[in-house]
Amino acid sequence: MIEIENLTIAFTKGKPVVDYLNLSVPDGKRTIVIGESGSGKSMMLSAILQVLPPDAAVSGSIRLDGLELLNLTEKEMKKIRGARLAYIPQGSANSLNPVLTVGFQVAEPIMEVRKKKREEAIRMAVDWMRRLQLGNEERLASAYPHMLSGGMRQRVLIAMGAAAGAEVLLADEPTKGLDKERIERVQDMLLRLEGKTLLCISHDLRFSREIADYISVMYAAEQVEYCTKEEFFRNPLHPYSQMLLAALPENGMKVTAGFAPPHGKDQVGGCRFAARCPGCTEQCRRTAPPMITVGKRKVRCHRYADSG
Amino acid sequence: MLIRAEGISYAYENRTPGMKRQSQPVLENVHLSVDSGEIVGLLGESGSGKTTLGRILAGLLRPSQGTVSFRDEAAGFPFRGEKRRKIQILFQHPESAFNPRMTVSASLREVYTLYHLPYDRMEMLTMLEKFGIYEEHIDRYPAQLSGGELQRIALARVLLLEPEFLVLDEPTSMLDEISQAQLMRMLLDIRDSREIVYLFITHDTELCHFVSDRVLEIRKGRIETLENSESPSPKAVINRLNLYEEEKR
Repeated sequence: MIEIENLTIAFTKGKPVVDYLNLSVPDGKRTIVIGESGSGKSMMLSAILQVLPPDAAVSGSIRLDGLELLNLTEKEMKKIRGARLAYIPQGSANSLNPVLTVGFQVAEPIMEVRKKKREEAIRMAVDWMRRLQLGNEERLASAYPHMLSGGMRQRVLIAMGAAAGAEVLLADEPTKGLDKERIERVQDMLLRLEGKTLLCISHDLRFSREIADYISVMYAAEQVEYCTKEEFFRNPLHPYSQMLLAALPENGMKVTAGFAPPHGKDQVGGCRFAARCPGCTEQCRRTAPPMITVGKRKVRCHRYADSG
Repeated sequence: MLIRAEGISYAYENRTPGMKRQSQPVLENVHLSVDSGEIVGLLGESGSGKTTLGRILAGLLRPSQGTVSFRDEAAGFPFRGEKRRKIQILFQHPESAFNPRMTVSASLREVYTLYHLPYDRMEMLTMLEKFGIYEEHIDRYPAQLSGGELQRIALARVLLLEPEFLVLDEPTSMLDEISQAQLMRMLLDIRDSREIVYLFITHDTELCHFVSDRVLEIRKGRIETLENSESPSPKAVINRLNLYEEEKR
């Protein structure tokens, strides 16, 4: 289980990019963190993996099964990455090495973590890809990244991330830029990794609806809502969550006036969503809302102050 | 007819030194006409050739065969003069549409210089405000802005040239839902206030039917027309959006 407590990440210039984030990622479940770009979700993943830029100041706590990751040295962290925590980067970015075959790249974490010889590791990589039903696995293993479609590259990255047997997978927007059919294949593949704990960041609501158990919504460096998938899609509480769902084409693409503030722009007290919120009150402009527990859910909005 | 593509074929050539030359056909004998005032949706899965067709219609690629005409006059290749200005494209990846070493305001200014438009920073800022872009945005570098912000700036930059035909090449696929809805709403508002025609390339079926007057699908390099009777007209969409604003008030 990953437990994040009061995680704050700041750079020398500007406001924190992640501000007092609290999140529990339960074992064997899929948690999706939703939020627009710049909301701090990628920084959160980098903090868990301890790969933040050197000028980032981090405080708070990130525990993996009780082990405090923020206290570990780089040498100790290296033993955790790949073996216990796997990272699945975006396929649309150039995340695969263009001069190495797919088979070798999927085998690399097996060689590194499980100390297998190259031939055996490649054999295990092909078996692993077969288990995940990537299709035509032997041929795929000898292919180079440029020969693959964007969707296949993403699935190879998922296979690579999970190849060394890590129980916790951290995925960064695995459906970005993919078409519907390819998104479905990525979904199927993630669902096939049953039993693994997935913490995935995404802004794809349709994908989240298919695979999530829990949804955490971030806005301007803060978590603003946390609930089960069913609760989120049936009855989102935070006005930002409501706005996200209303903006889907099937819900009429309704948008309210106002745009997200530029990254790093100084917030002047009050709720960070106030300027865009249709139900904004004087209290919202004046005081920042705390995280309020509503039943088993959590929401950062004054509207629910009496429900807590 | 505003834009007419006749008998367009295109094949990508593999010209890697030392490797056998290979030709991969993407488009085969494609015909497409777009008339004033309409939004044409072009659906197709990755690799179907929709972006290639968009780039040919925007004058960025020379077709292997066939011609593109603008207002019933052959556009030639490369497009020159008025055609070059009146036919524009908005790309899928907004970050690749800007020079990473230039501030956004410098990138915008280039348009004024290249097309000899009178530059006035205040006037430009007033224009950008309609796109939710303010002074604090434009003195930054592209990497310091979000995808939604960059795509809105890219749209504003394209509109400076007052295009009559705009190819929208998956302009929202890298954006979150709210940024997507905002951008589409802007495009519909713009279409309502000036003479502009869109070719909306996307792989998002729901979105395509939602905004287009006519939906085409490209399959294996050929175009098919899809029935689109159930999708609302853009006018209806705008009305619905306005209704929502009223509800809010």
